[in-house]
Amino acid sequence: MSTIAKPIVKKQSEEKTIEKDSVFGVSNLNLWYGTDQALYDIHMDIYKNEITAIIGPSGCGKSTFLKTLNRMVEMVPIVKTSGTIKYNDENIFDPKYSVEDLRTRVGMVFQKPNPFPKSIYDNVAYGPRIHGIKNKKDLDTIVEKSLKDAALWDEVKDRLHENAYGLSGGQQQRLCIARCLAIEPDVILMDEPTSALDPISTMKVEELVQNLREKYSIVIVTHNMQQAARISDKTAFFLNGELVEFTETDQLFSNPADKRTEDYITGRFG
Amino acid sequence: MPLRNQDDMYKRRKRRTAKNNIFRTLFFTATTVGLIVLAMLIYRVLSQGTGSLSWDFIRNFAAPYPDEAGLLAGIVGSLYLMGIVAIFSIVVGVSTAIYLEEYAKKGKLTTFIQMNIQNLAGVPSVVFGLLGLTFFVYVLDFGYSLLTGGLTMSLLVLPIIVVSSQEALRSVPSELKEASAAMGASKWQTIFRVVLPAALPGMITGSILALSRAIGETAPLLVVGAATAIYSLPDSVVDSYTVMPIQIYSWISKPGDEWPLLAAAGIIILLIFLLIMNTIAVLIRNKFQRRY
Repeated sequence: MSTIAKPIVKKQSEEKTIEKDSVFGVSNLNLWYGTDQALYDIHMDIYKNEITAIIGPSGCGKSTFLKTLNRMVEMVPIVKTSGTIKYNDENIFDPKYSVEDLRTRVGMVFQKPNPFPKSIYDNVAYGPRIHGIKNKKDLDTIVEKSLKDAALWDEVKDRLHENAYGLSGGQQQRLCIARCLAIEPDVILMDEPTSALDPISTMKVEELVQNLREKYSIVIVTHNMQQAARISDKTAFFLNGELVEFTETDQLFSNPADKRTEDYITGRFG
Repeated sequence: MPLRNQDDMYKRRKRRTAKNNIFRTLFFTATTVGLIVLAMLIYRVLSQGTGSLSWDFIRNFAAPYPDEAGLLAGIVGSLYLMGIVAIFSIVVGVSTAIYLEEYAKKGKLTTFIQMNIQNLAGVPSVVFGLLGLTFFVYVLDFGYSLLTGGLTMSLLVLPIIVVSSQEALRSVPSELKEASAAMGASKWQTIFRVVLPAALPGMITGSILALSRAIGETAPLLVVGAATAIYSLPDSVVDSYTVMPIQIYSWISKPGDEWPLLAAAGIIILLIFLLIMNTIAVLIRNKFQRRY
């Protein structure tokens, strides 16, 4: 599967080098949990309709960075940030910037599947409903489309009104992806979305992520270097809160510029 | 190695198991003491009270003669009182819990408020009676009415409801809140659509248990002037009233052999109410218990 996907990746990213639209422009980003600094002076551009993978050892700040992009990191009350993150040329840290708007356009899939204790249908309809869609027909359309896009429709179409907790772990994670797609975001952030899944479910989610690239920009944090190599266009390597290297995935894995990247990808540590 | 010595090991093991047996017996005895006392109480109440139980006992008002006296005013008064307590204390208590758990920034002030609420739950109930007397009877001039009693009792159980609701809110997994927030839901949408439905069973259980504390309380109501004997049902919240525990209390303190028997019958009715409320609480907890 990965061998088929690879050439497509290359072709796309080559085309993109000419006219790249960035969705996120991160500059001078520092982040502290209380007095502990977790991110140091990050500069990074994330491009439209690409899959950007973030790799690095545990505790390197990769998840923190991801959650900064939709400001979910602020759920921890002691977090402080400095620097700017521009999302479509607007600084998301601007006090006037609505975090609700940001999260509507930048969706997120979490490490552990976290469906609501509601029916499959209500899980997917949750996002549209909180944004004010009440019409049953509209909701039906969105639910069906989202579940189809998340490659789950065929498995659940006969039991849409059963509790989501009856699904397997892999199905739950795809449900969470469907739930995220239902708010029609521009960007999807994924925080180690397959780390709690078995290999077959992982493969399904990976395939799904590949297909989503056409419509969405995806940033995926992964513990799994093979996964990053398989599915991403660009890869960023984080270490101890610093962005060590950020380049085309092929290049990062075949010819890393930094010694630390090389040590990490060759398995010398981490 | 002394550990290897078979004889020593045998002796040591004997000593260890013997110690275990001693402690087991100790803990078992402690458990039985409570159970035996409870069983004795129930036996005493049942053996004394069942004779006086009848439909008339439930239908009649208080009367000068034991065989004509009934608990009607107390039962209805208790139910009305519970209504007022439920409306007031649940609305205020749950709102307080939501504010403290979900909105308030964690800081010194919140910790201070939190600590005081927990302390309030341990304040003797008669103190709440004095508070009610000062504030509701004298300052607000509600008189010795059902409203005064209800509000006083609400204050008494408020800390219990706040604390149990907070626990229910805290038990909602943060992953669910995150999932909702990550879709652009406002704080209130997350609370209303995700947190409250998940916390509701715990809140209802806590509230019912708080109400069942209120239904058995006597002291604060004596202070805020609940009547001991009353011959009509309250028409409005500003009428005078009585409740079951106060009727029982007044019967016990009357001279004569038959009044205590009547009190025992009253206790049985009160116990039945408590049993029903606690059963509902347990049923709700079991029915909605969710594993995340």
